[in-house]
Amino acid sequence: MRTLIKQAHLHDARGDHGVHDLYLRGDRIEGVDLGGEVDHTIDAQGNLVTPAFIDLHAHLREPGQEEKEDLASGLAAAAAGGFGTVVSMANTTPPVDDPGLVAALALKAERLGLARLRPAATLSRGLKGEGLTDFAALKAAGAVMITDDGIPVADAHLMRRACEYAQDLGLVIQTHSEEPSLRQGGVMHEGAVSQRLGLPGNPAAAEAAMIGRDCEIALLTGARVHLAHVSSKRGMQVVEWFKAQGAPVTCEVTPHHLTLTDAALASFDPIYKVAPPLRTDEDVAYLREALRRGVVDNIGTDHAPHTRAEKERDLLEAPFGIGNLEVTFALLYTELVGSGALSLERLLELFQAGPARVMGWPTPTLEPGEPADLVVLDLEASRPVTPATFRSKAKFSPWSGQTLRGWPVMTLVGGRVAFEGV
Amino acid sequence: MTTPKHLLDTQDWTVENIEALFNTADVMAQVLERTIKKVPALQGFTVGTLFFEPSTRTRLSFERAARAQSADVVSFAAGGSSLAKGESLKDTLKTLDAMQADLYVVRHAVAGVPHQLARWTDAAIVNAGDGRRAHPTQALLDAYTFRQRFPDGFAGKKLAIVGDIMHSRVARSNAELWTKLGAQVTLCGPRTLLPPELAGGRVSLTTDLCEAAEGAHAVMALRLQSERMGRGLLPSLAEYRARYCLTEEVMAGAHPDALVMHPGPLNRDVEISGALADGPQSVIEAQVKNGVSVRMAVLYTLLVGRR
Repeated sequence: MRTLIKQAHLHDARGDHGVHDLYLRGDRIEGVDLGGEVDHTIDAQGNLVTPAFIDLHAHLREPGQEEKEDLASGLAAAAAGGFGTVVSMANTTPPVDDPGLVAALALKAERLGLARLRPAATLSRGLKGEGLTDFAALKAAGAVMITDDGIPVADAHLMRRACEYAQDLGLVIQTHSEEPSLRQGGVMHEGAVSQRLGLPGNPAAAEAAMIGRDCEIALLTGARVHLAHVSSKRGMQVVEWFKAQGAPVTCEVTPHHLTLTDAALASFDPIYKVAPPLRTDEDVAYLREALRRGVVDNIGTDHAPHTRAEKERDLLEAPFGIGNLEVTFALLYTELVGSGALSLERLLELFQAGPARVMGWPTPTLEPGEPADLVVLDLEASRPVTPATFRSKAKFSPWSGQTLRGWPVMTLVGGRVAFEGV
Repeated sequence: MTTPKHLLDTQDWTVENIEALFNTADVMAQVLERTIKKVPALQGFTVGTLFFEPSTRTRLSFERAARAQSADVVSFAAGGSSLAKGESLKDTLKTLDAMQADLYVVRHAVAGVPHQLARWTDAAIVNAGDGRRAHPTQALLDAYTFRQRFPDGFAGKKLAIVGDIMHSRVARSNAELWTKLGAQVTLCGPRTLLPPELAGGRVSLTTDLCEAAEGAHAVMALRLQSERMGRGLLPSLAEYRARYCLTEEVMAGAHPDALVMHPGPLNRDVEISGALADGPQSVIEAQVKNGVSVRMAVLYTLLVGRR
């Protein structure tokens, strides 16, 4: 099978390569402007062709919560968002703490032929925060990351031992850094808005304090610790300080923490209830600045779908999280690149080389021989967010109706079309 | 003057709306003085009371207000949560909507629920207390009670509220309403129960009760819930009483005609001395009585009194 992607504007981590005909052979990139017979031609005139995105943080809800999402809907949503590889979080029902489950998920995903699944496994058995899971066996089964994401690891000793054990195996430990006893039952950022609305607050200090602890443990053990969804200025300042000390830590931010603030909760709509919570204008500005300065290693979607009925509960009962795999690129391209706050190159890096570096994977490029995992972006396409058309089962969005520019129009995974849209 | 469709809080109500409501409440108060305390003003209307959180005083007050105007009343009291029943809030409302009420009075333990319900029904919504956020009819009846004693209005007046400010919807709603009407409000309590973010505009904070009461035209004590002690917010009841119990000595520093207020139910000799609660400055009973006429005015205004 030989495919021609015609008149593509090529871009990868090595830079901008101008407009060329890109040839794929089987599941690999063959080269540019080669000519010759092809089986399939894709017209990419006017579009940017670049390595497919990597999301290190998505909740696909399988097994056990398929009413929210499953591998088929979640990986289709990922492909529609331009993602070729997704790390799925392990806080499912039951949790992914068993090598057999890791292998089963990987096998099922492979058969679906959508985005590639790279499962994470839990750090503690049953997500109970007590005993460690079998890291080596989980890795052998295909787990690429160890995390109790969704539940902070309250026990510092357990976190230390997990880091020591993972370091030996070359596994990345990802953290949900929020000090539970400081967070208490907070459902939104603690500040002027939460006090006015009378909703229990979760102070930024809860995040900063636990990030500090986790960075100290990374320094102590030498383990690679990836700080998920850093949401606050204080939290990001702690990350920066520890990075300057040489701590082996990396960090991600999410699209919602870069574009929304706690003011959105004034509508009392639980769609804006996320963990960690939406913060203030000052926090958003600082996170954007940290993106620009290179402190942030990657964008993680923290795609966390729920059913509509769950989000129609009151603000204490409604679950944390929103689905956003399909809008993340267009949202950040519109809000950050469109406003001049960030270059397109840096934004792409946060979806490609950045997450690859976090995981110790090769930097995705368009060089001959590399996997043909590609996204075709129409940077001029401008259309409103219409959740009804989402591949995800969570067909609602904080950005519903908002017109965004720059949409993926095709995603190829291993040379096969995993998504083709308008 | 347009009247808002709902009473979710007093933010959407102008000073003009509120003055009109108080004038209507004056008329309703006269109705309650008659031998036959009932008028046909709301005949044919159905008022639904949706109490997702236990309440006796507020629910009875609203039901009395509805029946005194000949409205039909249907009551829904939910023990526990909608989640416990496996039903979303929206589904619960849709089920109740089959009762075809024209107005719902809603009490819920979580802030914002009346706002959520208002999005899902055509009926008017009156917030009868949502979590720690707002209790607008309490604030209205408190202000109405103050206005009876100080007919020259709120400008230049000072209200002090003492107690568990953090968890109090009464404190938030009163601070919002009284400052809107022109008064100064001082919120007072131990630092653990006094969120600094509530200060601003005409609202100031202090941890010193005597400072709060100094020159005040009204001092309102809030009920202290003993569960606060277990969560590290207060060291002991004795310490709280020693520092924050409203007494004659504290009131000595207030304005000579100052009112002593309490939204009830009260813990005598914990947040307020029993003697002060029963004394000549106390308007606690008047607050309860005015609650009915103010709520009659709210129901009347939202159902038929629109202009």
